[in-house]
Amino acid sequence: MKCRVCRGPAVIDLRRHNANFCHEHFVAHCEEQVRRAVRHFAMLEPGDRVLVAVSGGKDSLALWDLLVRLGYAADGLYVGLGIDRYSDESLGHARAFATRRQLDLHVVDLATDHGFTVPEAAAATRRAPCGACGLSKRHVFNRYALDHGYDVVCTGHNLDDEAAVLLGNVLHWDLDSLARQHPALPAAPGFARKVKPLYRLGEREMAAYCVLERIDYQVDECPMAAGNRHLAYKESLNALELRSPGSKAAFLFGYLERAHGSFTRGGPTVALHPCPRCGTPTPGDECAFCRLQHRAIPVTS
Amino acid sequence: MKVLLRNPRREVEVPGPTTVGALLAHLDCNPESVLVIVGDELVTHDAVLADDASVEIRPVISGGAGDIARGTPA
Repeated sequence: MKCRVCRGPAVIDLRRHNANFCHEHFVAHCEEQVRRAVRHFAMLEPGDRVLVAVSGGKDSLALWDLLVRLGYAADGLYVGLGIDRYSDESLGHARAFATRRQLDLHVVDLATDHGFTVPEAAAATRRAPCGACGLSKRHVFNRYALDHGYDVVCTGHNLDDEAAVLLGNVLHWDLDSLARQHPALPAAPGFARKVKPLYRLGEREMAAYCVLERIDYQVDECPMAAGNRHLAYKESLNALELRSPGSKAAFLFGYLERAHGSFTRGGPTVALHPCPRCGTPTPGDECAFCRLQHRAIPVTS
Repeated sequence: MKVLLRNPRREVEVPGPTTVGALLAHLDCNPESVLVIVGDELVTHDAVLADDASVEIRPVISGGAGDIARGTPA
């Protein structure tokens, strides 16, 4: 196979683009997709202080690398989830990357800083650990950005992540989640701006970027995620993609261009007020993170 | 050839030479879900793998917490 751009030997074939690329032009392709994403949704402004949500996996490390390449001043934040050896190894990958690139990595540890781990929260609530994990990360990244003067939180959600979330939202006709699903969420009182600059790049492209750029990442799947619905949606979409290349992109991009607005118009406005414990806006007496924390930490007095 | 698979990590022997595409079909792997790595290098689906090659088939699907940026009121 030959590179579409230079006709040199290709290292990756992308059926969705009906194209093959050499190392150099594949990296240029990834940069261009991030540039287009940032430009299309005005995700980042020159001079923004950027906080990258870093997990030690391929997407977040590739995102951090690409943003720095494109000239953004980006620090990383890793959230320690307390998933035994998996969390330790993931932090190791994040630290090694930051050290090698001379970037600043901040760490918030759920056990040390908030008194519980994701496995403990899952056991206490008797619900899937992915729910407690996502809720905790959302809270910590948002809080950290607001408390430390960052303009925007960038997450490594890629095209496959977003297409799988969209499929789940459509299968359940979850109208609230459909209205919220977007690559760029503006800042609001109590909420930092949140953007997803990788939404135009697939999971396979991100893994390839890391292999080619010699970025060591956590290859193993989270032991707590095995068998979850999100993975099943991705497998189903990849089965479609195999038969019809471009299906995932058509599904997601079509939604963003032609359907998203239908779900955001005229919806009810929920009154929010600050959580009395942490200040995060909430419609209830206490925010979901503080409720989770209460349930995860046994009351001893 | 020796083929390293992951999740769970295991190694299988597959006779070569064969192409990457044929290897993935033999192992029932969706090419959309994996990368094929020989040494430290990515290889494309038409590449021929020798009988003595050491090959890694690396899954690219990850799926933990879903959407951490959905902007839900907490």
